[in-house]
Amino acid sequence: MTTYEQFQVLVVGSGPAGIAAACAASGAASVGVVDDNSAAGGQIWRGGIPPDGDRLAAKWLKHFCQAKVVQIHGTQIVAQPEPGVLLAERDGRPIKLRHEKLILATGARERFLPFPGWTLPNVVGAGGLQALVKSGMPVGGKRVIVAGSGPLLLSVAAFMEQHGAVVRLVAEQAPWHRVARFGMQLARLSPGKLLQGIAYRWALRGTRYAIGCWPTAVHGSAKVEAVTFRAGKRTWTEPCDILACGFGLIPNLELPVLLGCEVCNGGAIVDSWQESSVPGVYCAGELTGIGGAELALIEGEIAGFSAIGRKDAAACCFASRTRGIRFAKSLDHAFMLRDELRNLPDDDTLICRCEDVARKRLAGFTSWRAAKLHTRCGMGLCQGRVCGPAAEFVFGWKHESVRPPVFPVSVNTLAQRMEK
Amino acid sequence: MHEAIMVYVNSRAIEVPVGSTAAAALAMASVDAARQSVTGTPRGPLCGMGICFECCAMINGRRQRTCQTICQPSMEIHTDDDV
Repeated sequence: MTTYEQFQVLVVGSGPAGIAAACAASGAASVGVVDDNSAAGGQIWRGGIPPDGDRLAAKWLKHFCQAKVVQIHGTQIVAQPEPGVLLAERDGRPIKLRHEKLILATGARERFLPFPGWTLPNVVGAGGLQALVKSGMPVGGKRVIVAGSGPLLLSVAAFMEQHGAVVRLVAEQAPWHRVARFGMQLARLSPGKLLQGIAYRWALRGTRYAIGCWPTAVHGSAKVEAVTFRAGKRTWTEPCDILACGFGLIPNLELPVLLGCEVCNGGAIVDSWQESSVPGVYCAGELTGIGGAELALIEGEIAGFSAIGRKDAAACCFASRTRGIRFAKSLDHAFMLRDELRNLPDDDTLICRCEDVARKRLAGFTSWRAAKLHTRCGMGLCQGRVCGPAAEFVFGWKHESVRPPVFPVSVNTLAQRMEK
Repeated sequence: MHEAIMVYVNSRAIEVPVGSTAAAALAMASVDAARQSVTGTPRGPLCGMGICFECCAMINGRRQRTCQTICQPSMEIHTDDDV
């Protein structure tokens, strides 16, 4: 088993929050950064510094490369055998990570909604498709439809066009009045973001942007061939090769919950120093509530400075954090998911994709726990990361607990955990 | 930057740019489904970021997420319908 020296500060996640936290702490402590991915950047800055110049990404990725931190990539955290120690796995082999302070910056994943045909190959996440293309998947000449909610749809669609795809439709489920009000708020709170949105729309001027429109079924035998959409009372079917769906983001709370951090309204509870309810464990970025890369950077810096006792430096970031949170709230309100989406799955639509549990098998249960025990819903490899939020949205069930291992592991690594 | 390496998708040799993931190699080989579900339906990459496990396939004899695995020279990727 690989054991690193004890880190004064261990950061889990190297997206914007983790990068900022590590950079802030690296001046005065030994810092380790561990990530499941093969390179730093998280999901938003996956693939390194983009050639078209996201200046924020370029600045921070460069800063991170130069900082004195130990980067541990391709590594999944599995359990906490004892306080101050995390058990992880890399290439099927166990790793022990000892630390004094711990900063969790595990980011967010996409929310997937079940509807007939959503399990067919080439129905992918919106951010998921972007990640796949950044890691080499070709989309040249493919007919792509982007559906779901939020500003991510336009940025993904513009990215696909840049890579040679033909984007046939961008379908935003939020109603017109909310999108328009959000645009006006954006002009006041963050004009830069409004301009960016307009630039995306301009890049997509040949593509239809349908507001108040959502997918209701995917058709195809071995892969997606066409998608039926609804807008108000009208329904129609569009042929396509790839359907990318993004119905918002949800924080990856498994690790903080495993460590005992209190959670409220789908986010980890932190004090003004980003410290969670567990002393010495900090949470930053999307974990505390979806807010985007800029807010994640600010929260990461606060967490990093707090962890090394530099509260003066941390406090300098408070005002920009307040502004970031205000923006996040208006975003959340504008792109709230409509109730019609809860009724998209029919009797035979699979809710749990790992264990192939259809909606009709879940109909009689009143809780996530009961459904799990009787149907195996949520007990596959993804451990409910996909169907848990889907079931919460469709049936209103709350996720109750997290148990180790928080990630599928080899028996060899589990044995290490028993030995401690 | 655009150096290529050779990998095998279901025993068929294909060239992929250095740094591509195994999931990208499947797409380049026009293979849509990585795995078959417990009831035998085809599945391909969904989340693209390592959380959903839909893109799992046999890579060099070990079941791994294709979206989180970077291609290495002569890597052998076998999807479920091939295994």
